[in-house]
Amino acid sequence: MTKKIKLSELGSLFGGLDIEALEGVKIEGDVELDLGQMGLNPQMAYALGHETAQMAFHLMNISRILGYPIDQMLGSPAQQKPVRPSKLIESKFGVARNEDWKTPIQEVVLGATSSDGGSRKSTVTLGGEVALPYYFDGPMPHRNHITMDVFDMPINMAKAVKSNYEDVINSPAEWAKKVVRDFGADMVTIHLISTDPNIKDTSPKEAAKTVEDVLQAVDVPIVIGGSGNPEKDPAVLEKAAEAAEGERCLLASASLNLDYARIAEAAKKYNHVVLSWTQLEINAQKELNRKLMKQCGVARENIIMDPTTAALGYGLDYAYTNMERIRLAGLSGDLELNFPMSSGTTNAWGARESWMVSSPLKEDTDWGPREYRGPIWEIVTGLTLSLAGNDLFMMMHPTAVQVLKEITQTLYGSKETEPVNIDDWVSAVV
Amino acid sequence: MKLNSPLQVYKYLPQINCAECGDATCMAFGAHLIDRSKKLEDCPPILKDKYKKKYIELQTLLAPEIRQVTIGVGENVKNIGGDDVIYRHQLTFFNPTAFAYDVWDTMPEQELIDRVNKISNFRKFYVGKFLKVDMVAIRCVSGDAMKFAGAVKKVAETTKLPIVLCSFDPVCLRAALEVVKERRPLVYAATEKNWSEVAELAQNYKVPVVLFSPDLDKLKSLAATFQEMGIKDLVLDPGTYPQGKQLKESFERFVKLRRAGIKEGQKDIAYPLMSIPLNAWLVYKDAVTASYWETVLASVFIVRYADIMILHSLEPYAMLPEVHLRDTIYTDPRTPVKVAPGVNEVGSPTKDSPVIITTNFALTYYTVESDLSSNKINCFLAAVDTDGIGVEAAVAGGQLTAAKIKDTFAKANFEIKEKTTHSTLILPGLAARLQGDVEDVTGLRVMIGPPDSGRIPGWMEKNWPPKQK
Repeated sequence: MTKKIKLSELGSLFGGLDIEALEGVKIEGDVELDLGQMGLNPQMAYALGHETAQMAFHLMNISRILGYPIDQMLGSPAQQKPVRPSKLIESKFGVARNEDWKTPIQEVVLGATSSDGGSRKSTVTLGGEVALPYYFDGPMPHRNHITMDVFDMPINMAKAVKSNYEDVINSPAEWAKKVVRDFGADMVTIHLISTDPNIKDTSPKEAAKTVEDVLQAVDVPIVIGGSGNPEKDPAVLEKAAEAAEGERCLLASASLNLDYARIAEAAKKYNHVVLSWTQLEINAQKELNRKLMKQCGVARENIIMDPTTAALGYGLDYAYTNMERIRLAGLSGDLELNFPMSSGTTNAWGARESWMVSSPLKEDTDWGPREYRGPIWEIVTGLTLSLAGNDLFMMMHPTAVQVLKEITQTLYGSKETEPVNIDDWVSAVV
Repeated sequence: MKLNSPLQVYKYLPQINCAECGDATCMAFGAHLIDRSKKLEDCPPILKDKYKKKYIELQTLLAPEIRQVTIGVGENVKNIGGDDVIYRHQLTFFNPTAFAYDVWDTMPEQELIDRVNKISNFRKFYVGKFLKVDMVAIRCVSGDAMKFAGAVKKVAETTKLPIVLCSFDPVCLRAALEVVKERRPLVYAATEKNWSEVAELAQNYKVPVVLFSPDLDKLKSLAATFQEMGIKDLVLDPGTYPQGKQLKESFERFVKLRRAGIKEGQKDIAYPLMSIPLNAWLVYKDAVTASYWETVLASVFIVRYADIMILHSLEPYAMLPEVHLRDTIYTDPRTPVKVAPGVNEVGSPTKDSPVIITTNFALTYYTVESDLSSNKINCFLAAVDTDGIGVEAAVAGGQLTAAKIKDTFAKANFEIKEKTTHSTLILPGLAARLQGDVEDVTGLRVMIGPPDSGRIPGWMEKNWPPKQK
């Protein structure tokens, strides 16, 4: 007959491995444990667990003595020799391409050669991606490009940046020549900051003259930037657009807090591209792009977005994710977001780590020489955004430009080098 | 994880709404399990035997797609892996990339100790905390097991940080494991050639182990074989080549492995990934160039899926961007980075102390606050509600205005004319253009501070207390 046993009885039952006592006892899976009186604080639970395990161990031994193949049944790792295969299990790794990415990013051409009504020697094409940058899902038709900053008046710059431009700081044309000739800029951005009424209030007409000078000085495509003053910028960009008619410049920028329609109109009238600038807000970016297209009639091939670049350590997490979301939305079919992107990577120099002599905090580990900190801050800010999908980088430091070009073009696939053997990196002497 | 709605989780919970977890209902607790802000162990009832089956089922269903692997013991233990998404905005990334810096067994002892201390002591203040680095990786360069074990012993005595043992020679690894087996070090690495002996070490010493092969078929073979042997705490190194097409392919391997692990649920390779930016030093000998390139490689793989990496350069210009980028990528995008608006005391301000304005963007606020307190400047610091936007952008975007500033003091019941002897506000240098407006709206004197709060101490020396009008 079957007799139910309780935990309290188990101990006495098997105390001395009294095998005789097993006669007539059928131990079922539902051993009843009467815990009612004991409560269940963790210590007690542990002690009980221990007790139960001990019992189980005894029971197993009994079964073994009785000739039952207990080890086979349990597959008990403690009792068995570890598995030691003699050769590797053959495997094949595979992963699918992303099927959600069906919509290519709009291609946009900057600059116009003489055959297209401009005077540039070469043009720059952005966009056309069908996957996140450098992914294996599909070809990336155009590499990243870099446009270097030129200002229409001397400005405050970090020391590490300034030392490169001291000889040209009073001449935007010479400055532009230098960045193309010496620093490998693909494009030049002329920032007309002196037009700000709070700075020099340079007239739009005078500013347009500066743009003409720059166009004369270099034959790469250019970006025309205002001062950031929302009242003044439309008039300045209008005049500059007129002066640069037919050159397919990038007009920077149209934003929701100024008269974007005037800038859109100037772009249409004089054949330029509009930079649609919003501040870290994907929905605002959609709204502005929609307005530029539907309300102002700007053609799709004349829009580039600047969703705002915040420096490493100063909001780059927002800038990165904002861009990544915009790019993913574009690839997945959002026709209000599938435009190439541009980054004001120079903002990296706003981070104190890039320019300050040393940390203001005594608790920090020494920050080391700032000459080296600045460029790498600009590189990492740009590189991070390149991985999120950014196409065009507005930059300042020649070393940063060089390194960013090297890594983005490597990931793009156009850098050939001798193969390196990494198999013995562990014992390398470095 | 295999579940994606609180309702699905609810089915497995006790459904008694006992609130012991801190949530009013089991459904609410389920939502926290889905967004991983609470653990299953926060529910005392489900730990009881009665629910054991459901507990085990739920545990499996809630397990992250990428296995979490623990390295080290005690207070310095590090978890790596454990991710559930391939883009941070989909949830957040867990367990920031662990940075292991290398030392090697041919270093003179004092140099070794100094280098380990430098690694352990590195810190960079950021938003109310210190950014630090995590581990020491000891490379066996000598090929001599005793020498390697000696260096490992020295490192273990010098730091409590978790340890990575790097050698392809099982004899050397065994000697080192004998020395630090109690510390649960990560073993690097098993390869096509040595896998059998290294697997035995992993079994015997119960330590996590890295599998290394740039060939993904072979890497998967290694992983499948180790799993078959019951070794589950695995880390995969698909190879980090330092340049050219090889680097592009390295990048693609990381993307492929993570996509396969998370999106396709391929369990065989759903392990944390290791990158070796140190390999930059195999091609660049000049220290600055090599440090720069190493930082570049580190950046690429921090963004794209390395859960642990081995680095060499201890130059601050390499380490600072690295720790900041890791923080950037692993910051939880669900948590707003704002502080409560209001007027706060820094140090022990008196009626003669300055009143300084900043925004409620956490980064700005903590930066200013730490600059002030670390330089022992007693003052009142007002955090204006700019929706968590920094000074420059908030001035441009209209979130930082004279009216908002006035409102901040009004809401805090802070009457400047009564609380101070000077009736003066100090605006951030980047908000200089608000000076006139703020004077008009508040009727106070407004001074313009420096554009960076790091320069407040120097500014104070020159400008404070303000001269009488």
